[in-house]
Amino acid sequence: MRALLFALTLLLAQPALAEEIVLGLSSDQVSINTNFDGSEILIFGAVKREEPAPDEPRLQVIVTVAGPSDPVTVRRKEKRFGIWVNVDAVEVDHAPSFYAVSTSTLLGLSLSETEDQRHSVSIPRAIRSVGAPMNITDSESFSQALIRIKSASNQYQLNEGTVSVDEQTLFRTAIELPAALTEGDYKTRIFLTRGGDVVAKYETSIFVRKVGMERWLFRMSRENAFFYGLMSLAIAIAAGWGASAVFTALRR
Amino acid sequence: MQIYLPIAEVSVNAFLLLGLGGLVGVLSGMFGVGGGFLMTPLLFFIGIPPAVAVATEANQIVASSFSGVLAHFKRKTVDLRMGTVLLIGGLIGAALGVLVFNYLKAQGQVDLLVKLCYVIFLGVIGGLMFLESLNAIRNTKKGKAPPRKKHNWIHGLPFKMRFRVSGLYISVIPPLLVGVAVGILAAIMGVGGGFIMVPAMIYLLGMPTKVVVGTSLFQIIFVTAFTTMLHATTNYTVDIVLAVLLLVGGVIGAQIGARIGVKMKAEQLRILLAMMVLGVCGKLAMDLLLQPSELYSLGAAGGH
Repeated sequence: MRALLFALTLLLAQPALAEEIVLGLSSDQVSINTNFDGSEILIFGAVKREEPAPDEPRLQVIVTVAGPSDPVTVRRKEKRFGIWVNVDAVEVDHAPSFYAVSTSTLLGLSLSETEDQRHSVSIPRAIRSVGAPMNITDSESFSQALIRIKSASNQYQLNEGTVSVDEQTLFRTAIELPAALTEGDYKTRIFLTRGGDVVAKYETSIFVRKVGMERWLFRMSRENAFFYGLMSLAIAIAAGWGASAVFTALRR
Repeated sequence: MQIYLPIAEVSVNAFLLLGLGGLVGVLSGMFGVGGGFLMTPLLFFIGIPPAVAVATEANQIVASSFSGVLAHFKRKTVDLRMGTVLLIGGLIGAALGVLVFNYLKAQGQVDLLVKLCYVIFLGVIGGLMFLESLNAIRNTKKGKAPPRKKHNWIHGLPFKMRFRVSGLYISVIPPLLVGVAVGILAAIMGVGGGFIMVPAMIYLLGMPTKVVVGTSLFQIIFVTAFTTMLHATTNYTVDIVLAVLLLVGGVIGAQIGARIGVKMKAEQLRILLAMMVLGVCGKLAMDLLLQPSELYSLGAAGGH
C-alpha cells in the first residue's frame, strides 16, 4: 500500500509526459483452420507527443498478449507404495492459456516492481493464485511449476529485447503464437515506460477463432453432443464397411 | 502436414497419425485384437490429452471391429447368442466404467488408474500368453498333441443356456461377468478389451478358438459404440478428426496384417503378441516406478 502511494505521488509530482500510443496490428483476427500450425502477429505503432521527447530516461516499450484465463489445477506427484502418484493439488484461480511479454530491454530495467504489481505485467504477476489448501506450505513451487511447464511448450514467453524502438517514436515486435492455441479474445497491452514508470498504456484485443470445419465440429460436439456421437459412429461404421468391401473386391 | 484437432486443441502431423493407425492396424489384423491397448499409450506419447485419447480410441475401435466382424460373418464364425450375453454384461460394465472414469478425473487420479490397469492386465495376460505359447512350441517340437479341455467349476453354475455355434451348454453367469469386466476396462482404458476377452473366452468359457475372435469383435462393436456415445455426451472428448485419421490408417493396415497373419504359425503369432504386450507393459511400469523428470502436472480445475 505504501509502495503504491509512493508511486502515485511520484506520478503526480512529475508533469504528465503527454505521450500517446498509436497502434497497428498485422491482423486483429487469428483464424484456426484445419491446417493451423501456429501464427505470428506483428504489433507495431508510434508514439504521438505534443512536445519533443526528453532524452533521459529513455523510452522503453513493453507488449503483453494474454489468452483467455481459466482456473488450473496443478498437481504434484509423490512416491506412495513404491509408485509415483498425484498427491497434493493447488488450484491457480487465474492462469492465462497463453501469455507473452516482449520488451525493448530487460524487463527488470524497463519496469519497476511497484508498476509491475499495479499492472500485472511479468509472468508470475499475470497468474493469480490464492488459497492453497492448509496442508501445503510451499504453494509458490506450484505456481513456478505452472510457469515452467507452460514455458516449455512456448505458451508462456518472456522475450526480452525483442521490441525494437526507433528514435523513441516507432516501435515494433512480432509475437509467435504456438500451434496449440485455444479460442478466445487475446488481450493485448502496450506500455510505454520511462525510468521504470508507466507513462502511457494502450489496450486492444486480438480475436482467435476456430473457423470453417473446426468451428462447425467444435460447436456441434458441445451443442449437439448426441448427434455428434452418432456421426462419429456412422463414420466409423462406414469406414470399416468400406475397407472390407474394397479389399474383398481387390481379392477377386 | 499439420492438422489442428478441434477437440483436442493441439496441432499434430497428419501423416504421423495415419502411420500410427496403419502400424497398429497391421498388428491388430495379424493378432485379432483391436489394438487399442497399443494405440492409447502412443496417443498419450504424442501429446493428445488422455481424456481425448481414451474417448477417440473407442470410436476408432468401432471401425476396425466392424471391418473385422464382416469377414467373420461370411465364414459363419460368430456366436450371436454368446455375443448377446457378453454384450449385456458389457453395456452394464461400460456405464459403470464411465462413472468411475469421471469420478477419478475429478480426483486427479485418472492417469494413474489407466496406467495401473494397463500394467496389471498387460503384464498378466502377456505373461500367461508367453508361457502358454512357449509350451505349445515345445510340445509341437516333441510331437505331442495339445491337451484336451476338461470340465471345471464353471460347468456347475445355474442358469444354463445352450450356445449352438460354440457347441457349449453352460451357465450365463460367467459370460455376463466377463462382459461386465471388459465393459469397465473399455470405458476406462479406451480399449475394446479384445486382448482380455479372447483369452477369457478360450480358457474360462472353453469356447472353440475359431468362433472366439468373431464373437469378441461382434460384442466389442456395441460396447465401444456405447462408450463413444457416453464420452461424447458427458465429457465432449471424442475428436472426430483424430478418429478419422486413425481409422483410415487402421482399416487399411488391418487388411494387410490379416494377410501376413495367414502366413505365420499360430504359436509364433501368439508369442510375438505376448512379447509386444509385455514390452508395452514394461514401459508403462517404468514410468510408474522411476522418478518422473517433471513432478508437476496441469489439469482443468474442479473436474467437469
